[in-house]
Amino acid sequence: MARIHYGEEDPGFKLQDLTTPIRSVGHGVLAAVQSVGKGSFLAVRAVRTLKQVDIWAPRFVPLLVSIGIASIPIALFILMFTGVVLAIQASYTFTGTVPKYFVGALVGKTVILELGPVLTGLALAGRVGASIASELGSMRVTEQIDALESLAYDPVAYLVVPRVLAGMIMFPVITVFSLTIGVAAGWLTSMAMLDMSSAVFVKGLKLFFDPYDIQFALIKAWSFGLVVTGVGCFYGFNTTGGAEGVGYATTRAVVVGSMIILVLDAFWAATLL
Amino acid sequence: MSIEIKNLHKSFGSTKILNGFSLDVKEGETLSVIGHSGAGKSVTLKTIIGLMHPDEGEVWVDGKNVFQLPREELYELRRQVGYVFQFAALFDSMSIRDNVAMGLRRIKTMTEGEIQHRVSASLYLVDLVGSEDRRPSELSGGMKKRAGLARAIATQPKYLLYDEPTSGLDPVTTTTIDELIKRMSDELKVTGIVVTHDMTSAYRISDRIAMLHEGSIKFVGTPDEIRASEDPVVKGFVEGRPEIANRALA
Repeated sequence: MARIHYGEEDPGFKLQDLTTPIRSVGHGVLAAVQSVGKGSFLAVRAVRTLKQVDIWAPRFVPLLVSIGIASIPIALFILMFTGVVLAIQASYTFTGTVPKYFVGALVGKTVILELGPVLTGLALAGRVGASIASELGSMRVTEQIDALESLAYDPVAYLVVPRVLAGMIMFPVITVFSLTIGVAAGWLTSMAMLDMSSAVFVKGLKLFFDPYDIQFALIKAWSFGLVVTGVGCFYGFNTTGGAEGVGYATTRAVVVGSMIILVLDAFWAATLL
Repeated sequence: MSIEIKNLHKSFGSTKILNGFSLDVKEGETLSVIGHSGAGKSVTLKTIIGLMHPDEGEVWVDGKNVFQLPREELYELRRQVGYVFQFAALFDSMSIRDNVAMGLRRIKTMTEGEIQHRVSASLYLVDLVGSEDRRPSELSGGMKKRAGLARAIATQPKYLLYDEPTSGLDPVTTTTIDELIKRMSDELKVTGIVVTHDMTSAYRISDRIAMLHEGSIKFVGTPDEIRASEDPVVKGFVEGRPEIANRALA
């Protein structure tokens, strides 16, 4: 039987070329496992340092403002236009036999259950997650985190704990504003552009409304706050190199934060609805 | 011995930085560590206070094995050590006053008045009076270095670790910093380790000088002894004449 000598048939071909994609997948899997391990370690350390209240508490209130209050405008902007579009698209879809008040039902359900928390989470993954990763990343590469350690501050207590706590508290608060503006925008659009009375829209809104929906939205928002701030802290904290490393950490924080939000969204839908 | 480094090994990937490096620093002395860039001098300093972990080896500070200490005790030990970073590592979101006060705020017994008094005294020592409310971004490179030094000395530590405290400074500021390091040692009996490339400074401030070469100690001795050394690597480095070492290795 003739043996195939790859090298003789095509001098440019190496068996290694076949294994390269497999090896890169392997490296990717290893890197992911390593990140999960490091992330878990950081999470455990953060929980343990919760008791160092004297270190994280003074940083907490300013972070509530910078992570929370300062993020409200972008969240409101996104949800306002989402509410407008939802109302118009619902009206466009519900023609013929479907009663008009279903526009209110669709806007309310969609904004509260899905688009309000998720779009807010994704917007804040960009704003808050990127900001945390770049700030902590810069601190890492300029040795400021080492300086904190040298001054006997636990950097996890000083940098990570107040950010994650602020995220867990402020994301639900921002989401409440987002839900309100999203529904209100849909309601105003229905009256101004879709020839619908306020009573008709509100009738639809009330038809399928369940207070549990708000609870569901807030649970999602809380978990998104934990993820966005936690992932931002993780990538910032583990930044290596210089400006390039900070850029990489920032990008990873936004991409991974957004991906986890979508996975969590499906998880909550499957477990809580 | 106040600081004892035993058989340190450290690699980054396949690059071996420290290769069984041992060194003792006596109480109250100032020891300068010299060596080529990338010789592992800064790695050594970071290892001493546990900012970096070696692959192998031990560091004993004040009779305590740094890598065996629980986190709380490690922080307790760090309160006795001041660290002057190569690029100052000032917190850029804070004023110089708050930067210098950071370490002091970890000392529970100090009142705010005492903290402010100590901050002013530390800034006075490094000639930065009047810069209290400025941000690090508003300071020149030399001023940042001095602010970093003020932060390190503010807690009146027992040990001071200086990572290239005079690199990039003008000769006058270099002399000021050297005098301050000398005062720390002579008057306050602070034990100091100074990583430096600057031989003029090393001769001026050191009780002993150690040369780190290829991951281990090539030479330890007084400034006079290192000046008189005939070892081609040591002589080539301290005289800034690489041809001496190259000729010997050829």
